[in-house]
Amino acid sequence: MESLLAVKDLRTSFDTDQGQVVSVDRVSFELKAGETLAIVGESGSGKSVTALSIMRLLGKGSRVSDGEIRLNGVNILELDEKKMRDIRGNRISMIFQEPMTSLNPVFTIGHQLMEAIRLHLNKDKKQARAHAVEMLKKVGLPRPEQIMDEYPFALSGGMRQRVMIAMALACKPTVLIADEPTTALDVTVQAQIMRIMKDLCAEAGTAIILITHDLGVVAEMADRVLVMYAGQIVEEADVFTLFDHPQHPYTQGLLRSVPHLEADDQDELAAIPGTVPARYHKMQACRFHNRCAFATEKCRTELPPLIRTQDGHTSRCWEIEAATIHYEEGKAR
Amino acid sequence: MYNYVMRRILIAIPVLFGVTVINFIIMKMAPGNPVDMLVNPKLPAAAVEAKRMELGLNAPAYEQYWNWLKNLVLHGDLGYSMITYEPVTRMIGEHLWPTLLLMGISLILGLAIAIPLGVISAVRQYSKLDYTVVTLSFLGISIPNFFLGLGLVYLFALKLDWLPTSGMTELGQGGSFKDVVLHLILPCIVLTANVTGRTIRYVRSSMLEIIGQDYLRTARAKGLKEVLVVNKHAMRNALIPIVTILGMEIPILFGGAVVIEQIFSWPGIGQLTLSSIMSRDYSTIMGLNLVAAIVVIFANLLTDIVYALVDPRIKHSYQGAARS
Repeated sequence: MESLLAVKDLRTSFDTDQGQVVSVDRVSFELKAGETLAIVGESGSGKSVTALSIMRLLGKGSRVSDGEIRLNGVNILELDEKKMRDIRGNRISMIFQEPMTSLNPVFTIGHQLMEAIRLHLNKDKKQARAHAVEMLKKVGLPRPEQIMDEYPFALSGGMRQRVMIAMALACKPTVLIADEPTTALDVTVQAQIMRIMKDLCAEAGTAIILITHDLGVVAEMADRVLVMYAGQIVEEADVFTLFDHPQHPYTQGLLRSVPHLEADDQDELAAIPGTVPARYHKMQACRFHNRCAFATEKCRTELPPLIRTQDGHTSRCWEIEAATIHYEEGKAR
Repeated sequence: MYNYVMRRILIAIPVLFGVTVINFIIMKMAPGNPVDMLVNPKLPAAAVEAKRMELGLNAPAYEQYWNWLKNLVLHGDLGYSMITYEPVTRMIGEHLWPTLLLMGISLILGLAIAIPLGVISAVRQYSKLDYTVVTLSFLGISIPNFFLGLGLVYLFALKLDWLPTSGMTELGQGGSFKDVVLHLILPCIVLTANVTGRTIRYVRSSMLEIIGQDYLRTARAKGLKEVLVVNKHAMRNALIPIVTILGMEIPILFGGAVVIEQIFSWPGIGQLTLSSIMSRDYSTIMGLNLVAAIVVIFANLLTDIVYALVDPRIKHSYQGAARS
């Protein structure tokens, strides 16, 4: 069966004063209908740019320079702008990181919700309003009728993100891209928002691409995980495999740096030393080598390919064996 | 909202009072008086004295002001011109509408040109079009009104003889619609160039600030057309600061009328102001000053009302203020 969304060799570059910078480098992944794929990685690893490339909403000076993005077999990079607009908000929706600024301050919640509904679903004003109220009810907002006529400034961050979810799911998209949807919210609200998103998507059969750097959220939500580092995928596995047997030293580092409740007081929290190298897109080497404990001469001179070790588990590392043994030993201790 | 407007109007009353007091003091401090300006220097002192008595100039200054205020408040009367003996209200009435005509047309034209150009300029920042628009707006601001006015008169009236040099109507022709329009063209171009130049910069920068906002990305992610994203979602937000400019533009135009009306002999408030100051026509000056103050206060009030219309957050705060 053809997958719902297939991204192949996606390359997105930005024009800067120092020339072209490739911030997403040959990223490939597939998304099946209804599944949740998490993309994790630190700031600047290319997660959000990947998402915006799929939406074709990259800003000025940036463009997809290579690759293809197939939605139900159709390469959406080749569609004209009008056809692409029919996809946005309708078949692929997106929720952004900043609920406080993602809603237009001068239009009512109802207006902004109904805009998408009337654009994509063939409904008159009354039906669109009823649908919008229904969506607000589904995301658990109290007194949805009144909220329809409120302006965003009257709503809290959590409420606004619920509105964003309602807006994104109003047309029952097949893919929802959620770009760090809870990063800007209170911890207490985060879990609620995630739950609502998950439930509504399950109900509509919507697949989720969840972009986050919160591994707790990943464990909770995802079926499969993609780890990105410096614009490349470094590891991909289903969520259980990744948490139990991470292969790439970067993933291992990420997992080690999650604080545990049962840890001893005197245990120091592990961290990955160093920083992401500048101008990594020019490097003829493993992009993680300068921060990696297992780096060999080969790592410094040759970029490792994505190696498939077992079914559905791939990682980009020359020293998988050494790293894995070390990690397993550390865990046993 | 109603409460808010009423309160603002009530606050305007002491402001107007203060403005007239200050104006009266400054006017009295200026050298000369209407009689000096009016009479032949060889006139006997007794005759001059009689004239001063007649105009009430011999009373103490506070009494003169008090009489003026009493007349205004009790009878709505601004008194008579000390030079022409015409009622000041009638003189202002006659001169006000040509100024409003000139100002109104220039303001509307200026905005009609500046808003679309400013928006396009911002949307296509750093394009050739953008540089052209920015340069033109810079010219519009930098060229002094009198210079542009004289240049236009030289070119279109003297050299090409297409348009009249001055006045509002051709003498002895009764002032048909076409006649007035022909006379309006040159002064309107000057004022419009000025308004456009100033406004484009504001529209452009206000639009540039909005263009990077997250909510426009949301609008695009919904599948909206780019035209709607810019003209609806971005414009409604960019309008908020532009409203301020509009409020400031009205007093600027009113003040600018003094120069432009002088150049084109436009029979408006500006000309009346200048001639009454030259002849120290105290009652006319006071009347004109009151009108100018009302225009400024009205423009500010209008700004605040329009603000509430375009920005729901401000409307909300007005309501909150009225309740407490």
